[in-house]
Amino acid sequence: MLAITLAAATIAFVVIGTLWPVKAAEFYLGRQHLIRSNATPDSALQNLGDELKSADWAQAYDSLANKTSFTQADFLHDLVGAYPNLRTYSKLQRFEFHPLHATDNDAEFMVKLHWATVVGDAVTTRKVHLVHNGNGWQAEWPLTREPTLPPQVIPVNYLRWDVIYRGAGDEWGTADVDAPHVKIVDMRPVQRAEGMVIMGELLNQDVVPAYVSVTATVMNKNQKPIATEGSFDMISHLILPKAITPFLIKFPEVKLSQVGSVDMHPFSQLVPASADPVIEIQNEKLNPAPNASLTGEVVNQSGQIANIAHVLGTFYDPSGNIVWVADQYVDRALLPQTPVPFTIHIPEDLARKISSQRTVVSTYSMGGAA
Amino acid sequence: MLAAVPVLGAQALTAPKTVEAGSSFSIESTGSGQATLYIAGLGGVVSRDVQLGSPISIADGTLIHAGRYIAFLSTAPNDVASFDVVPAKVADISFLARPSRLPVGLRNGITGAVYVFDAYKNLVTTPTQVSFDISTPNTAPENRSVKAKNGAAWVALDSSPKEGAAHFVAKAGGVSVVRVIQQVPGDPCGIKMSAKPDGKKIALQTDPVRDCSGNAVPDGTIVTFTENYHGAQSTVDVPLKRGVAQVEMPAIPGANISVASGVVLGNEIHWGK
Repeated sequence: MLAITLAAATIAFVVIGTLWPVKAAEFYLGRQHLIRSNATPDSALQNLGDELKSADWAQAYDSLANKTSFTQADFLHDLVGAYPNLRTYSKLQRFEFHPLHATDNDAEFMVKLHWATVVGDAVTTRKVHLVHNGNGWQAEWPLTREPTLPPQVIPVNYLRWDVIYRGAGDEWGTADVDAPHVKIVDMRPVQRAEGMVIMGELLNQDVVPAYVSVTATVMNKNQKPIATEGSFDMISHLILPKAITPFLIKFPEVKLSQVGSVDMHPFSQLVPASADPVIEIQNEKLNPAPNASLTGEVVNQSGQIANIAHVLGTFYDPSGNIVWVADQYVDRALLPQTPVPFTIHIPEDLARKISSQRTVVSTYSMGGAA
Repeated sequence: MLAAVPVLGAQALTAPKTVEAGSSFSIESTGSGQATLYIAGLGGVVSRDVQLGSPISIADGTLIHAGRYIAFLSTAPNDVASFDVVPAKVADISFLARPSRLPVGLRNGITGAVYVFDAYKNLVTTPTQVSFDISTPNTAPENRSVKAKNGAAWVALDSSPKEGAAHFVAKAGGVSVVRVIQQVPGDPCGIKMSAKPDGKKIALQTDPVRDCSGNAVPDGTIVTFTENYHGAQSTVDVPLKRGVAQVEMPAIPGANISVASGVVLGNEIHWGK
C-alpha cells in the first residue's frame, strides 16, 4: 500500500513539475535565466550574465541603462560579431565580475566573459558601469562598435596554386607530383609541470604550398616507444614556400628524464592554396611578468575577410634558442585594413628568459579559398 | 633447331626449341590418325584436334606469354615435347623518373629506371640498349646510354643549373617515353630591399629575388619583413609577386627594418634618426 502511494505521489510530482516548473529548475535546464531582483549591482550584473548565457539578447538589451545609445543589433554585433567568426559558433559559459568601486548611485565592475568556442575558452574583459535608477540597478554596456565594411569591390591579384594529381588514366610508371619538401630546422624538448613538451620550427623548403603537421614518438633509454603525439593545432598547417611555422607537441604522461631519444615525423602534403590574405602583425610587444604576454595587432592587408585567425608566437632566448611556443585564436573576423588586437600569454617562469619572438598568423576564410 | 620426343608406338611430336612470343610456328608429328594436341604453359592450355603425320601449324598470337611450354597428344600423354616461348622485340617501355620536382644543380638528383617489354608485356631479358636524354630549355642536352640487364636499365643524372621543365626521354628499340621533371630554383641567394617614404608609411620593396645560379625565385615564396622600434615589432609575411616582394610598414623614426626568406637573411635598413 505504501509502495503504491509513493509511486502515485512521484508520478503526480513529475506531472506538476513538468507543467508548472519552478523558475530555478528552468534555469538549470538552460531554458530561462533565474530572475533575481536588481536591488544590488551584483544581482543586476548576475541577471545580465544569465541573460547572455541563455542567449536572450532581447532581454539583456532591454535591461541596459544606456540602450538608447545603440540598437539591439549593435549590441549583438558587439557580443558575437557582425561577420562570421569564432564567436559566432560559441556560447557564453561563464560570466565573472568583481567590483572596482561602488557608491549609492553608481558602481563599476570588471567583467570577464568566458565564451566556449570550438578551440577552447575565449575570454573578453569589459569594464561595466552600473547606475541606480528608481527601480533598481542597471548596467551601462560599454559598447565597442564593430567596424563595418561599406559595399565595394576590392580588386586582388593573388597567387594561387592548383594541383593535378595522378589520375586513373595515367600509365604505370607515371610519377605523381611529389609532396613538398619540408624540414625541421629547430627542435627542443623541455619538462614542464604539465608534462614534457617538444617544440620546434618547420620550414617549407619547396616552391609549392604545403599542408603540414608534425608527429613525435618518444623512446625510453632502451629505445622502446613510450608515447606518440601530434602537434594538433599548435602549428600553422598551411605554409607557403620558404615560410616557417612553429610547432608544439605535448606529452602529458611523459617525463623528460624517462626519454632516451625522440623520433620526429614531419608530414607534408601538396594542396591547392592561395597566397592571400596577407596578414600584417603590428605593434608587437613583449610585456614582462607579472602577466607576461605578447601583445599586438593583426591587420588584414587583403580584400578578403579572414573569419578566423590563429596567432602563433615563437619565443627565443638571447642565444636564439626556442624557449616557448604559444598561441591565441582571434575571436573576431579580420576585415580589410582593420587592426584586431591579440594577446598571447607567456608562462611567468619563462618570461624572464625571453628576449625576442617571431609571430605567424594562419587564417581561415569561410566560403573562400584556402 | 628441333627438339625430338621419344617415340611411343608410332606417334611423336617435334617442336622448335624456342618460339618468339606471338609468332606462328609448327610442330612436326609422326604417326597416323587423329588426336588432340595440348600445349600447356604459364599462360594456360591450348588444345587442337590434329591429323597426325603432318606438321601442325600454330597461328600468330596463340602463344603470347613468355616461358616454358610443353606439347603432348591425347593419345600419348606421357610423351611431351618442351619448348620456350621467348619475348618478342621491344615494343613498350615503362619509365619511372624521380623526383617530379627538384632544385637546380643537384648532383645525381634525377633518377630514371626503364623496364623493357615486348608487345605482349613480356619483360625483354636479352641485353637491349636504352638511351636516356634530358634537356632543359637554354641548356645543352645530356645523353646517357645504358645496356638493360634482365630487362631493366637505370641512370642517375644531375639537375641542370637552369630552372625549367626538363624533358627526360628514355628510348629503346624505337620506342620512346617522355617524363617531365620540374627543376626549380634553390634558396634565395641574398635579398636586397630598398625603402622610400609614403606618407605615414614606408614603402619597402626587394630587388628581384634570385637563387645562387641566377634563377628567379618563384612567385609565392614568402619574404618576411620585420620592423623593430622602441621595444616593439611589426612583421609581415609577403609572397613574391612578379619576382619582388613589396609592403608598406609604419614609418617610425629610429626603426630597424630587416628582410628574410626562410633561413636566408637580407639587408637591414635603419629608418630616420
